[in-house]
Amino acid sequence: MLAEALDAYVDTARKVGNPSSLHAAGRDARRLVEESRERIAAVLGARPSEVIFTSGGTESDNLAVKGIFWARERPRLIASAVEHHAVMDSVAWLAAHQRATVHWLGVDHRGRVDPDALAEIVDEHGDEIAMISVQWANNEVGTLQPVPELSALAARAGIPLHTDAVQAAGAVPVDFAASGAAALTISGHKLGGPVGVGALLLGRDVPCTPVLHGGGQERDVRSGTLDAPGMVAFAVAVEVAVKNQQESATRLAVLRDDLIARVLDAVPGAVLNGDPADRLPGNAHFSFPGCEGDALLMLLDAQDVACSTGSACSAGVAEPSHVLLAMGADDDNARSSLRFTLGHDSTDTDVEALLAALPGAVERARRAAAWKTPR
Amino acid sequence: MRILAAMSGGVDSAVAAARAAQDGHDVTGVHLALARNPQTYRSGARGCCTLEDARDARRAADVIGIPFYVWDMAEEFHASVVDDFVAEYAAGRTPNPCLRCNEKIKFAAVLDRAVALGFDAVVTGHHARLGADGLLRRSVDAAKDQSYVLAVLTREQLDRSMFPLGDSTKAQVRAEAAARGLAVAEKPDSHDICFIADGDTRGFLAARLGEAPGDIVDAHTGDTLGTHRGAYAYTVGQRKGLDLRTPAEDGRPRYVLSITPKTNTVTVGSREDLAVHRVTGERAVWHGERTPVECEVQLRAHGEVVPAVVTVDGAGLTAELRVPARGVAAGQAVVAYRSDAAGDVVLGSATITTDRADD
Repeated sequence: MLAEALDAYVDTARKVGNPSSLHAAGRDARRLVEESRERIAAVLGARPSEVIFTSGGTESDNLAVKGIFWARERPRLIASAVEHHAVMDSVAWLAAHQRATVHWLGVDHRGRVDPDALAEIVDEHGDEIAMISVQWANNEVGTLQPVPELSALAARAGIPLHTDAVQAAGAVPVDFAASGAAALTISGHKLGGPVGVGALLLGRDVPCTPVLHGGGQERDVRSGTLDAPGMVAFAVAVEVAVKNQQESATRLAVLRDDLIARVLDAVPGAVLNGDPADRLPGNAHFSFPGCEGDALLMLLDAQDVACSTGSACSAGVAEPSHVLLAMGADDDNARSSLRFTLGHDSTDTDVEALLAALPGAVERARRAAAWKTPR
Repeated sequence: MRILAAMSGGVDSAVAAARAAQDGHDVTGVHLALARNPQTYRSGARGCCTLEDARDARRAADVIGIPFYVWDMAEEFHASVVDDFVAEYAAGRTPNPCLRCNEKIKFAAVLDRAVALGFDAVVTGHHARLGADGLLRRSVDAAKDQSYVLAVLTREQLDRSMFPLGDSTKAQVRAEAAARGLAVAEKPDSHDICFIADGDTRGFLAARLGEAPGDIVDAHTGDTLGTHRGAYAYTVGQRKGLDLRTPAEDGRPRYVLSITPKTNTVTVGSREDLAVHRVTGERAVWHGERTPVECEVQLRAHGEVVPAVVTVDGAGLTAELRVPARGVAAGQAVVAYRSDAAGDVVLGSATITTDRADD
């Protein structure tokens, strides 16, 4: 957690009461919550009343997808094929259990959705579409989506568009009002705030049925006692992240482009995934054909290079990424992929360390995969 | 050495990994995800195996202080062990899937991958001894001895294997696990075939092979004594579950003598008919001792040992039994031991090809 956010968390946790209580301690806590709401709204282009605090990105995505689908009472949903599981599985659940008809928006080989494809579905089924969900930036390959263009298209047809901006906020400029989205997800820990707090920015006129019923907090859309320390720390983190966004993005993009160029140069057969330019500043994602990502991860981990193969099931088995499959990769290519993420504390030295370890690890992982019978 | 510890989530493999780490080796824990169980938490994806076992293995690795990963071996396991299991039953034989898993997965696919990734050896929690002399011996805990299912390993495989538990009893292993703070210390032993969660082997086979009614025939008279719903459900030596309509002439119990897939027939006879004097095997793994050799053979897991003269000729093995054995089923292993004060030594093994019908 960011030092400023941690300090704010501890200070608040020491003193506050329940923000829903009417006595003096409750009012003090309520004031901190409302100030946090205003601070987040101010830096993300939202009105304070549009900030619905939640427990994080997963809850915000569930609330947006299910809540708007339920409230609008229309049978169809549109979502991109590269959504985070919080959106994808919510949509799939509505299809499986509530008879929703889903239109999955395909992506090109760089991971971008085609606005014309969305327009076609909207033209054909406009009145039957409850909502659209397209992420701002992909959590695996880092590709950015043309959210304002998609939102404008949705708005013309009167359909609310939700965007999961968990990866985007603080990394690229995000302005809720300017984006034209009806709902937008952000998460605390991705910005240097605490785990367990996030928000759904929800337009004032967007109907949304609660997922959590109870005391009626948060515009009656999200009940539950307000976590004042978490919200204060979250607000501090959002402010700092947005304030530093441009400078940080500029620095990270240079470092990332250096990393990408050097990896492609040093590792025979390495392929960059995602959009070469229109991607998250700290994201570099590669396929190393002939390797299994989990073997490569293990070899790099032993040399103190942390990377990610994407999602794993509950037992810990790495799964071929649905994002890469949607981008046209086959199963083996999807399994040969790794993501390297650069953050605010990443430096040239880290890139050096990666380049020192990676070529040898890829060579070894390729040998390790060679015994396998082809799938 | 750089050691890969295969961690099932049970107490044995946890203690084995802990001992290897304590001995100064650079140990990495790996849990093998083997099952394609449809009970998964995520729809549309591949099935996750026993989540609790994976978690137990991970927690043991935490306590030992070693890195931990999960390797997806479900495809290999299914092809080499589960499909083989079904095919063997369909062919009228009685396979041992634990043995096959050691042969094809743990000390083949996993070991090969480990070596390719820079590891020197694989350590497991099997109860068997593999000392400095390179000889594979029975565990000191006779009841838990697993040398029978390891006898299939070749010299090359054994040279890259470590079994640190062979000198300990199960009770000692549990006590040590508790002393080390491993939460699996009291975890019950696994008994059943891991990929048949409910223990219903007959149902598992029926679901894959379908019902195939056929005759149960008397070995002596050739009379049809009853019908069965699938010959695969029977094992040589089996007495229960025959459900014969016609009692035998002598009124004594009948046992399965052989299974003939070609005619879908189960042949039954008396207990005396089960006696076998000679066992032949194929795909022999033999550790150098000259044959013929006077030794002891074990013909099924946890079965009794029988004195025998074993001759090995290439991949073929013949055991002339000094004392007749019963319930010898094709598909099981014949494992030869030389009795030794320091623990019986595995001389070699082969897959049994004959049942009593060929005797």
